[in-house]
Parts: sequence; C-alpha cells; structure tokens
Amino acid sequence: MRYTFCLFAVLAFIWLTNSGHYTPLILTFGLASILFVILIARRMKVVDQDSLPLQLWTTLPGYYIWLLRKIIASNLEVAACVWDGLFSGSFSQTKSASISPCSERIPTSLRSDLGKVLYANSITLTPGTVAIDIDSDSVLVHALTCNGLEELKQGEMEQRIFILTEKNTTSNLPAGQDKQC
Amino acid sequence: MIDLLLHYASGLLLLLGCFFMLTGAVGVLRFPDFYSRMHAAGVTDTLATFLIISGLMLTAGWSLALFKLALIMLFIFFTSPTASHALARSAQLSDLRLAQVSAEENLDEALQAQSSTAQDSELSTEAEITDGTRA
Repeated sequence: MRYTFCLFAVLAFIWLTNSGHYTPLILTFGLASILFVILIARRMKVVDQDSLPLQLWTTLPGYYIWLLRKIIASNLEVAACVWDGLFSGSFSQTKSASISPCSERIPTSLRSDLGKVLYANSITLTPGTVAIDIDSDSVLVHALTCNGLEELKQGEMEQRIFILTEKNTTSNLPAGQDKQC
Repeated sequence: MIDLLLHYASGLLLLLGCFFMLTGAVGVLRFPDFYSRMHAAGVTDTLATFLIISGLMLTAGWSLALFKLALIMLFIFFTSPTASHALARSAQLSDLRLAQVSAEENLDEALQAQSSTAQDSELSTEAEITDGTRA
C-alpha cells in the first residue's frame, strides 16, 4: 500500500508540473488519469520494491552526486581523447595513440537485481565505458581506454552500490517501514 | 545585477554545452570503430545535455518551466544508458561481436584490423549504426 501511495505522489507531481492549468475540471481529469495508471500498474503487478526503491530515498541522491562528479571527469577524458592530435600529425597515427579500446568481463559480487541494474546503468552513463552484457556474476564492459577499464576494476563504484543496496536488503524491512515517502 | 549575472552564467553554460556537443560529433567522425564511436556519442548524452539544460534552467528562473526542464534531464539520464545499451547489445548479437579476449590481444587485433581493412570496417560500421538505430 505504501508503494501505491508513493506512485500516486510521483504521478501527481509529474502531472502537476506538466499541466500548468489548475481549473477544477482539468484537475479532475488529472486525478482520473492518475488513478487509471495506478489501476493498470497494480494489475501488471509492477508496484513493488524494484520499481519504487523507497529504501534508497535518503542514500541515492548522495550516490548520484558522486556519480555526477565521475561523469564530468570521464567526459573531460573522452573530450581530451577526441581533440588529442586533431591539429597536429597525420590522422592514422594519432587515432591509435590517444585511444586504446578494449573489453573485458568484470566479475561482480552484486547479487540483487536492483544493484546490478544500478551498476550497469552507472557504467554506461559514464562516457568511456559501456556495459554490453550482464549475467549472474559478471558484466561485459567495453572501454575507450584501458585506463578506464583498470579504474573500473578497482571497484570503487561497485563498493558504493554494494553499500547502497545489499546492506539495505538485510535490514530492509525494519529500516524501510518508518520512512515516509 | 543578479539578473545580469544569471544571464551571463546561463550563456556560459550553453556555450560549454555546445562545445561538448561538437566534441561528441567530432569524436563520432574520428574514432575508428563502432564501439569507440559509441563512447563519443556518450559525451553528447551526458555532460552536453546537462550543461545545456542547466543553462536553460538559469534562464527560466522560478517557474513551471524549471520543473519541466528538471524532468527532461531526469528522463534523459534514465533513458540514454538504456538506448546505448540496446545499441551495444544489437551490435554484440550481430557481425560486430566482441571477441572474448584480454585487453592486450584485443588491442593487437584492433591495430591489425585497422591497418588491413580500415576501409571495410568503416563501411560496415556505418551500416551497423543505421541498423542499430532502426532496431
């Protein structure tokens, strides 16, 4: 029931910010459409912990701020690779000098679906590394430079996601219930 | 005073965003194979979009448009990894499959392939990109 209420709040927020018309008639239509969407979502049985990870409500923003810093840093690296040697030397030499594409299966200790999704999503979101395939205990990653792959293998990102998701699953219910959405 | 400052700040952010968009485009043209081109496209997806939308948010001020821009940014940040993952996966399931080799071997292979069939791979990469977007 908590998840239904939170879904209602999220949908209402999206509707209100996108509408801009606040007459009673239009608001009634909005309410009707929100209830309809909730009805469909409940029938599809997608209103649960995986679609609305409420237990991450307090910790996820911190992770995303860390990820944003990471994204900016790796963006600058990729941009440096793009511009490196554009105006000097011949094309064919500089191309292979600045980048070194490589791919590897990186083993991961994340077990929950949510953790894996967050991990793969974060890898793809940082330019320079793309998660191509994922199975039960490893992620196939393609990287623009071997340094990027090495950095990923050190596992700081994985560690952070592990703290975020798997620690919570053990103490999830008692910690999650007193939190409001 | 504060208006002027916001004006210039948003102009600067928009300019930076445009620069990174251009970087992404140049990278897509310059990089040798399909997968590394995808990384270049990632620059336009993330930092460029972030900078441009931030610049627009500063121009919008406290209004409904601000929330709409925030929602746009949120949706782009959730959907663009999904799109590039779909692209990579469709490449993986087709001719451009990555061989399961270590980094060094892969690099050697890539260098060889680049020297011998640079023209061919260029062409097939083009075809693959159009295929991927259609899929």
